[in-house]
Amino acid sequence: MAEAVLAGPVRAGGGRLWILPPLLMLAGLFFYPLSLIAIQALTGDGTTVSFEHFAAVFKSGLFLGALWHTIEIAVASSAGCLVLGFAIALVLSFVPFPGAKEIARFIDTFIALPTFLAALAFTFIYGSAGVVNGALVELFGFETPPVDFLYSPWGVILAEITVYTPFVLRPLMAAFSLIETAQIEVASSLGARPFRIIREIILPAAMPALLAGGSLCLLLTVNEFGIVLFIGAKGVITLPLLVYDKAIQEFDYTAACVIAVINVALSLSLYMVYRTVIARFGGRNAGVV
Amino acid sequence: MGLAAIDTTSPSGPSTEGLGGEGISFEGITVAYKGNVVLSDFSLQIRRGEIMALIGPSGSGKTTALRAVAGFVRPQSGRIRIGESDVTDLPPYARGIGMVVQNYALFPHMKIEDNVAFGLRAQKSPADLIAEQVKECLRMVGMAAYVGRFPRELSGGQQQRVAIARALAVQPRVLLLDEPLSALDAQIRRSMVEELAKLHRDLPNLTVLYVTHDQTEALTLADRIAIMKDGCLSSFGPSQGLYSRPPNRFTAEFLGRANLLLVKIEGPAGAGLVRVRFGEMALTVPAHPTLDVGAECLLCIRPHDLGLAEPQHDNRLTAAVTHVQWQGDHHAITLDCAGTPLRLVSAPLREPPAHGAALDLGFALADATLIPHG
Repeated sequence: MAEAVLAGPVRAGGGRLWILPPLLMLAGLFFYPLSLIAIQALTGDGTTVSFEHFAAVFKSGLFLGALWHTIEIAVASSAGCLVLGFAIALVLSFVPFPGAKEIARFIDTFIALPTFLAALAFTFIYGSAGVVNGALVELFGFETPPVDFLYSPWGVILAEITVYTPFVLRPLMAAFSLIETAQIEVASSLGARPFRIIREIILPAAMPALLAGGSLCLLLTVNEFGIVLFIGAKGVITLPLLVYDKAIQEFDYTAACVIAVINVALSLSLYMVYRTVIARFGGRNAGVV
Repeated sequence: MGLAAIDTTSPSGPSTEGLGGEGISFEGITVAYKGNVVLSDFSLQIRRGEIMALIGPSGSGKTTALRAVAGFVRPQSGRIRIGESDVTDLPPYARGIGMVVQNYALFPHMKIEDNVAFGLRAQKSPADLIAEQVKECLRMVGMAAYVGRFPRELSGGQQQRVAIARALAVQPRVLLLDEPLSALDAQIRRSMVEELAKLHRDLPNLTVLYVTHDQTEALTLADRIAIMKDGCLSSFGPSQGLYSRPPNRFTAEFLGRANLLLVKIEGPAGAGLVRVRFGEMALTVPAHPTLDVGAECLLCIRPHDLGLAEPQHDNRLTAAVTHVQWQGDHHAITLDCAGTPLRLVSAPLREPPAHGAALDLGFALADATLIPHG
């Protein structure tokens, strides 16, 4: 009703004009810059369209390494988010203790924070001059800081797990809230121990939320830039970081655009997987994921 | 395999170990939530092989008592025994119970056969025994043709049958039924009550704790009834005895409908009888062991035990008709008897009495019960 009032009387064909403002906005802000990148990737500095720049990038060891690191870190981080998110959601949903709701809300606030903040906090805690290394050097007299995982792919993965776990936790807790307590109680009365109940009752019910949350994590971690840049792990170059290096440090815009196009294609593929998962398994949980 | 497959006395079943003597024993159970006592010093013995209905209004503690047996509620004090074993400190999965709840609680992602097999798999029973047991239990509840379906493809009544089969499949030491028919419509509920009664005839050794707020279900199914009020046991006894000789006002009014007349005992009227006065009327009724001459008490007469006065009636009352209602298979007549409302239920009348008509009512000695007042 409100929409009809705002739109005024419907005239034949007139309604279609309403598509123009959002279309123009999308074109200006999204399609035009994206098309410039695609054109640059296909033509380089010339005018002829070819895939030679793509071929050159695909032959590059640096690109292949970045692609591998991107996928490796994204998959490991998403898996970590799923495991940690599932465990935390289980405790918060099924183990009654005072303050569970407050903790859930506090974890939610992580979603609102910039991603590099986790990397910064990790640097304070696990960095070369961080709290942990400082204490260990003080206590045991190490010559070099003994904890150095932060500057490896593990540091990036740990930071991404910290940042992105709430993206799994929220849909999981929503899914858990739909599981009837009576089902769990009856399963228990029939002789099922907690692990079997988790495996056979809770996990199947949570599968749509896990798949959707996992896909979303994968999508976000593939494109993660701030954490990787901030931690500056040795030899850990991901696709977004490689685009940055090529464009800003080497001024090789064509290579940067080619890698960006590949990154976009990867992201869109993952997004399609995410939407498919929601459409296929979402059902009554679709609204919560 | 036949019915022996789920005979709870079968020595082959691991869950039957220790079964013997009384089925379930509550010994001074007290349960409190955040300081609010919901079950207070509750003691009750449920014999092996009997159906004990636990009834009472909402918040009376009946479901808490059942959940304490299941292990979902931990008592602050008291012990719970199943058979000879003390299960108070055991987790639910180690108690050897079967449980059926109001909303069925079938596992939605599992087919019917997997739902029924769940408990057996959890107990690591051999595959061939599981297949046989599932088939037999589903046959018993008339659901053998639905093994390959999912719960969402079944009606409420069918889902509840599957839930019962699932509970029976594990050869439970006791079966706990928590308002199992409340979610069903009246017609299916009636048919399910009959099926549950038949099931118990087939499994005479199965001890059943049946929690309900429906007195008809309790009276139809239970061997004995325990009535709860405010977290305490108000009364208990054989169903028929409790109905026809209620020990207190709450029981008289909760279990069926009751006409309660405030009377005063005037004196003895023969062996085991006393004469009581109700307004201008003198009545002779069975004596009560704790009520003496001069005591004010309540006289309980069930509506269907009141009738139009006939020569064989020991007692007579005069009352004026205030309301007549035809309810299909009977007439319900409301009357005023010396300022006390009375309810009379009779077979359908060809010529029901008119509003305001004075009726002579009668009832037999055996149908009257004195109840302490206050």
